[in-house]
Amino acid sequence: MTSAVLTRPGRSAATELVRRLPEYLMIWVPLLLSAAHLVSFSLWTLWISFTPSTLVPVSGWVGLRNYTAVAASRNWQIAFDNLLLFGSAFVLLSAATGLILAILLDQRIRAENVLRSIFLYPLAVSFVVTGTVWSWLLNPGLGIQKLVHDLGWTSFKFDWLIDRDMAIWTIVIAAIWQSSGFAMALFLAGLRSVDADIIKAAQIDGAGAVRIYRRIILPSLWPITITVVVIQLQFAISTFDLVRALTNGGPGIATQLPALVVYDLMFQRSLLGRGAAAAVLMLLILLAVLLPYAAWRYIQRRRANHA
Amino acid sequence: MPDRSFAPSRILIYLAVSLIAAAWLAPLVVVVLNSLRSNEEIAQGSMIGWPQQWAWSNYAAAWSGFCVAETCAGIRPYMLNSALVTIPATIFSTLLGAIAGYAVSLWRFRGDNWIYGIVTLGLFLPQQMRLLPWTIVLRDIGLINTLTGLVLIHTIQGLSFTTLFCRNYYVAIPHELIRAARIDGAGFFRIFWRIILPLSGPILIVTVIWQFTHIWNEFLYGVTFTTGQQQPVTAALIALSAAVADIPQHGVQSAAVIIAALPTLLIYLLGGKYFVRGLTAGAVK
Repeated sequence: MTSAVLTRPGRSAATELVRRLPEYLMIWVPLLLSAAHLVSFSLWTLWISFTPSTLVPVSGWVGLRNYTAVAASRNWQIAFDNLLLFGSAFVLLSAATGLILAILLDQRIRAENVLRSIFLYPLAVSFVVTGTVWSWLLNPGLGIQKLVHDLGWTSFKFDWLIDRDMAIWTIVIAAIWQSSGFAMALFLAGLRSVDADIIKAAQIDGAGAVRIYRRIILPSLWPITITVVVIQLQFAISTFDLVRALTNGGPGIATQLPALVVYDLMFQRSLLGRGAAAAVLMLLILLAVLLPYAAWRYIQRRRANHA
Repeated sequence: MPDRSFAPSRILIYLAVSLIAAAWLAPLVVVVLNSLRSNEEIAQGSMIGWPQQWAWSNYAAAWSGFCVAETCAGIRPYMLNSALVTIPATIFSTLLGAIAGYAVSLWRFRGDNWIYGIVTLGLFLPQQMRLLPWTIVLRDIGLINTLTGLVLIHTIQGLSFTTLFCRNYYVAIPHELIRAARIDGAGFFRIFWRIILPLSGPILIVTVIWQFTHIWNEFLYGVTFTTGQQQPVTAALIALSAAVADIPQHGVQSAAVIIAALPTLLIYLLGGKYFVRGLTAGAVK
C-alpha cells in the first residue's frame, strides 16, 4: 500500500522525492512533532524527577530522593487522601446521577432535547467559571446559607466551604453538577442500543418495567459503566482548575489535590525535581486506572472477534 | 423504555426531571441575575436574589472598566487574548488533524500505525508531565509569555484529538474510492481537496467545536506560560477574584464571568448535537 507502488515510470528517484516533498512534509511533520513531544517530554520530566533540580533543571542523580520527599510531605499525603475520597465519591455519585437522568429521559418524555441540553451545558463552560460560581453559592456569608438566614431561619448551617473536614465535598458537589451530564449522554446511548426484540419478548412474558430494567437493560450497561467510571477517574486525577477556582486548596491545605501539589512545587516553591516527581506519581496513579482498563478492552475485543 | 402509559408514575417522572433540571440551571440563573444587581445590593443581601434595579452598567464595567492587578481595562484585553489563541489554534489543529487522519486511515504509509498509536497517547498523558519541558522549550525559542507560544502548544497537543476524530471518521470511507483516484493520477493533496474534504463536513464541525471549547476553557497552560497582560481570560478571572478579595464587586464579577463563558455557551447552543458527538467520540476511544 505504499505510494511507491504507483510511481510513474520514467522519473528518477530524486525528482520523485522533490515532487512528493510537500506531501511527505504534511504527513510527517505534524505527526512527528506530536509523537516526539509526547515521548520526549515524558522522558524529560521523568529525568528531571531523578535530578537535584530546584530553581533550574540541573544534571545529577539523586535516585528516588525526590519521590521519598514528596511522598513524605504532608501536602502530598493530604492530596492523595483527598484524591481517594474525591475520586470515589465523585465517580460513584456522578455515574449514579447520570444513570438516573438517562433512565428518566428514556421514558419517552416531552422536551427530551431541552432537558438533555440543560444537563449537558455545564460541560461547555470552563471549570474556572463554574468553580467561581460555586464558590459564591457555597460561601456561607454570600450564598445559600446567607439566603436562608435572610429568609429568617438563622440557625441554618451550610458552611462546608470553610470547614476543613467537609470542604472536599464542595468540590464533589461542583464536579457532579458539571459532569453528570456526560455520564448521562453515554448511558442514554447505551439504553437506546438495547435490543428492542428482547424487551418485547420479556413484555409478552409478562415482565414489568422494574423487572425488565433489573434483569435485561441494566446488566447490558456494564461495559458503558466501566467506560464512564474510567473517564471520570481520569478527570478526577487531573482536577486542577475547579479546585483552583473553588477553594484554591483551602481552607489551609484541606482540599489539596495532586495536580495542585505539582503546580505548587514547580512554580511556587521552585522545587523542579520534586515537582517532576509529583507529576510522575500522578501519571502512575493514572496508569493504575488505565492499564487494567486497556487490558479489559483488549480481552473484550478479542472475545468479540472470536464470537 | 417499557410500559410507557402508566399515568401516576409519569407525573413522578416529570416532577423528578423538572426538579433536577431546575437544580442544574440554578447556578446559571443566579449568576445572570447577579450580573444585573449592583455591588451594593449584593453586599446588603446574599448572592441569590432578584435585581431591585437593573444594573446594566455592570457589563460595561466588566468589559472595559474594572481593574485586574494594576491595569484597568476590564476583561476585554483578556477576551481578545483568548480569541487570538483559540481561533488560530483551533484552525491549525483541525486542518493538520484532518490531513493526518486522512494519511493514517486512507493513504497509508510505512509506520503509520506506530505513529498514530503514539499520537493518541496524548489523550491520556497528564498536562503536568509536559509543563516543565514546555516551559524550557518556550523559553529557548523565545515564546514564553506570548500568545504565539500558547497557539503552538494547543496546536501540537490538539493534534492527538483532531487526528483521532478525523481518522475514525475517514476509516469508513471506501478504500476503492482512493485507489481509483490514484490510478487516475490524483496525488495526495488532490484527493484530499477533491474527495476527502467534501465528505468531511460533520467531522470538521465536531472537531472545531471540541477544539474551540477546550482551548477557550483551558487554564493550566494559560496561567503557567503567561502573566499579566498576556493571559487568557480563564487565568484573568482567577487573578480578578484574587485582586478584588478585599473589596468584592460581585455584580461586576458576575458580569465578567458571564462574558467569559459566553463564547463556548453560544457555540454549545448553536451546535449542541455536534458538541455531544465530540464528547462521546472522545470517550469511546
